[in-house]
Amino acid sequence: MQTVVFLILFPLAAAFLLLAVPRGRIRTIVVSVSAALIALAAIVLTAQVLGREAQFFEAGGHVTDVLIFAAEAALGLIITVISFRRRQYLAAALMLASLIMTVVYEVKLAGEARVTYNLFVDNLSVVMALIIGVIGSLIAFFALGYMEAYHRHHPDVPDRSNFFFFIVFAFLGAMNGLVFANNLLWLFFFWEVTTFCSFFLIGYGRDAVATRNAFLALKFNLIGGLAFSAAICLLTLNAHTVALSELPSAAAGAVLLPVALLAFAGLTKSAQMPFSAWLLGAMVAPTPVSALLHSSTMVKAGVYLVIRLSPVFTFVDGGKTVGLFVALVGAVTFLLASCMAVSQGDAKRVLAYSTIANLGLIILCAGLGGPKLTWAAIMLVIFHAIAKSLLFLAVGTVEHAAGSRQIESMDGLVGYLPRVAAAMIVGIAGMFLAPFGMLISKWATLEGLVDANPILTIFVAFGSAVTLMFWVKWLGKILIIKSAPENIETHVPGTQSVTLGVLSLMTALVCVLFPLVSKYFLEPFILATYSSGYWQNAQNIAILLIMMAVVLILSLPLVFPGQKERSFRPQYLGGANLAAKEKFHGAMGQDIQVTLKSMYLQNIFGESRLFPLGVVSSLILIIIMLGVVV
Amino acid sequence: MSFLPKSPWLVHYDASSCNGCDIEVLACLTPIYDVERFGVLNIGNPKHADIFVVTGSVNEQNKTVVKNIYDQMAEPKVVVAVGACASSGGIFRECYNVSGGVDTVIPVDVYVPGCAARPEAIIDGVVQGLGVLEAKYQEKGKAAS
Amino acid sequence: MNIATTVLAILIYLIAAPLVGGLLAGVDRIISARMQGRYGPPLLQPFYDVLKLWQKENILVNRQQKVYVLSFFVFVLVAGGIMFGGGDLLLAVFALTLAGVFLVIAAYSTFSPYAHIGAEREMLQMVAYEPMVILTTVGMYMTTKSFSSFDIVQEESLLFLRLPFIFLGFLFILTIKFRKSPFDISMSHHAHQEIVRGLTTEFSGRDLALIEVAHWYENVFLLGLVYLFFAAVPAVAVTVTLATYFLEVFIDNNNARLKWQHALGSAWLVTLVLGVSNVILLAFR
Repeated sequence: MQTVVFLILFPLAAAFLLLAVPRGRIRTIVVSVSAALIALAAIVLTAQVLGREAQFFEAGGHVTDVLIFAAEAALGLIITVISFRRRQYLAAALMLASLIMTVVYEVKLAGEARVTYNLFVDNLSVVMALIIGVIGSLIAFFALGYMEAYHRHHPDVPDRSNFFFFIVFAFLGAMNGLVFANNLLWLFFFWEVTTFCSFFLIGYGRDAVATRNAFLALKFNLIGGLAFSAAICLLTLNAHTVALSELPSAAAGAVLLPVALLAFAGLTKSAQMPFSAWLLGAMVAPTPVSALLHSSTMVKAGVYLVIRLSPVFTFVDGGKTVGLFVALVGAVTFLLASCMAVSQGDAKRVLAYSTIANLGLIILCAGLGGPKLTWAAIMLVIFHAIAKSLLFLAVGTVEHAAGSRQIESMDGLVGYLPRVAAAMIVGIAGMFLAPFGMLISKWATLEGLVDANPILTIFVAFGSAVTLMFWVKWLGKILIIKSAPENIETHVPGTQSVTLGVLSLMTALVCVLFPLVSKYFLEPFILATYSSGYWQNAQNIAILLIMMAVVLILSLPLVFPGQKERSFRPQYLGGANLAAKEKFHGAMGQDIQVTLKSMYLQNIFGESRLFPLGVVSSLILIIIMLGVVV
Repeated sequence: MSFLPKSPWLVHYDASSCNGCDIEVLACLTPIYDVERFGVLNIGNPKHADIFVVTGSVNEQNKTVVKNIYDQMAEPKVVVAVGACASSGGIFRECYNVSGGVDTVIPVDVYVPGCAARPEAIIDGVVQGLGVLEAKYQEKGKAAS
Repeated sequence: MNIATTVLAILIYLIAAPLVGGLLAGVDRIISARMQGRYGPPLLQPFYDVLKLWQKENILVNRQQKVYVLSFFVFVLVAGGIMFGGGDLLLAVFALTLAGVFLVIAAYSTFSPYAHIGAEREMLQMVAYEPMVILTTVGMYMTTKSFSSFDIVQEESLLFLRLPFIFLGFLFILTIKFRKSPFDISMSHHAHQEIVRGLTTEFSGRDLALIEVAHWYENVFLLGLVYLFFAAVPAVAVTVTLATYFLEVFIDNNNARLKWQHALGSAWLVTLVLGVSNVILLAFR
């Protein structure tokens, strides 16, 4: 219990401290120490919780409720005022509506539903807390060096890095609160706080684009927030409970609509179609923000909620309507976002689309529920959080060191930034390559889907094929070998190298140790939720591990190339090679440097073609879902 | 024993031929002569090829190209100069832009006479080239040991 | 299935597959020649070619490309080992994909325009056939309730009867996987329709030999998948498997290469129509 409260309140305290601390060495120390403490606390919590049943805590009483209400109202007012000032009337109206709902609820309905246990912790919360604690802290540490470089590269952006770190740490606290909250009112409070954090961080650059995208994110998330508060009101009126843990055992009629609304909120937060636009816009934020909020943690809040609700879909609804439609939205998102990722040249946008796609896959699994798919969903959450944050940070590092984050400009990255490239390769391999990371869970997804709903495997089959394409062409670009590249690794700040190294190591470790992760984290949770477990076939685990070992052995010569005598000749250029490598004698008599560009298939997978399709189809699905439930 | 004579792969380069010899080279692939009976393939990539078949005289423009293609072939390799022009420069020998036969740029192993060279002669030249190929392979083995 | 038989099956695959694959390639070349009015090479010509390549110098553009080619080779073997060892088909397909990725990376790493175009096309081919391959395994699971090739091969009833459309769809993408016209867009065995040598432009000597042998292994792996559709009646299965191969040779000689847009478009269309309809039929039965 103390650890849980510490994990929520300590980051907040650190945040306020950072607001006061000047930049420089003191801030480095404060950030490093508090990040380390948060990570440590998450690990301690793991040790306390693993192997036990879910634990529920009362944690506070009337006073805390009032405090939370006050904080919520205050934050809401601030956001409303900011929106008005920036003439974002829609955002202001949404915020105001949300605020009014909160106040009305507090005045009229608060007494109707009392929750005994406000906080709880089980294996899923621990998994999330570890992601937030360990990866979140690493990213905060990374941001130290990154933000200094960021302000050097963007002299026009006012240095508000105190505020930046304040928000980042406040966010870590809120995120922890979100995963430990059993009381939906608390959960909602933390939910809204993450929305506000995201809003402030996206708008950090303060230019027109950043401001517009910040408000876009705010609007979409506030729509989700409105659905969330509507769900709370309905739950209070119909089921007289706002406890997350009591939903699966509630009566269908009372909770179905609220659960659908909660799932709707989850879809907005995890940027599913038709709400995906905000996550793409959010890529204007500094890269650590993208890594922390928009790939590894905040957007995971959405899927976390849907995973929490998936037993409700199964038990209360029989997996017929809400779960199925949520899964369909996830499936459509997975397919279309994967396709659109192919057409993107900006590495961050590729990552954004891939994030949306993977969240879609998780939603697909969680929507259908059941032991196997829940296993797959949580595995996806874990692998995705680590590998994707690694990729975001690597892209950020390349952007600062080499001046561009276009994939086309990453030709031969292994040559001039070998260590960053290695981190990126680990991340990419973890994202799609058999036998690593995401593929383990994708495999489980396919196996689970065939049993649950074979038709949905079609989405996964097509989506996976396309996924392959955008990762392989990126990987290929990095691995191009050019003659005599100049190593510019020294331009990378130490904090960034360390973070990339640690995250790469973690990606590799989780891949190798996935049977243990499954055994100690996932299986107990699934057993407790569904009273039937899911164990991977031992033979298949063995095959996967053998494959990993083979890849490892085969890659040794890449790391230690050896000095054996080989006969090298330049690439074939129609016989027109010049003595200088990678140049040829052109038809007009001039010397031409070889440049190779990838395919982006704009005519097939372009955003302008697919995005509207995704918005319309998913909107229809959501409307049908809500219509059926009402 | 090597397997080189059993699977000779050709790369054919037209230096500045009048296309007479080129047509005859291609005629070797047709059903009448069908050189694939002997495992001969026209492979189109120097890095895969064993035998470099050059037609036409070499001129100042493509000297480097001939040299580059030759350099990019894997050892052991053989050069067959097909036709009078490739062998000596032929009737273009005295042209201002012609440097002469293929042997002015790269070492030639087999010369095939004719204007244009007949398919039988070309096949015969390639078969002679196989002997050179085998000899070069044995030589390399000796040098290595 | 106990360990001894698994190991035995894998060993037989490792030894026999290149022999079978090489012989089939030899027959392929003779049939192709006859269809063109030629006599054609000896039956063992593919083996001569590979042995010759083994004796040639291996010229490289960079130190790394060898490693990727070797990885490609190893994972093609792993994929076959998983399937012929009675393992999970889905894993076997993933291993084959991994192998394909290594080959593409090998071509990419050389920074050669010709290999680059080949690599991109190979990638497009993977995108084109991958959904159908996955749906094939899904279909097999839906009829036998198992992904294990050992269980599928022991299925009493003919899989083909319940997966007719999936079988047809699989035949379609088999043309891509066998690298046959009209879909041999990344690397063709016929020089007359290739841009230099596509994907393999920058490989020579032993690396090229490895790629060729891997292709034989891959072909046997794919024919093994065809076999599974008819595994209930082994005589029929062997006949159909061979017939499939010669059908592909026939198609190869009757078509010119198409553009990649057609490969991708038609493969996806076929998957959508044949694969998806079969899966839906199975789901609602």
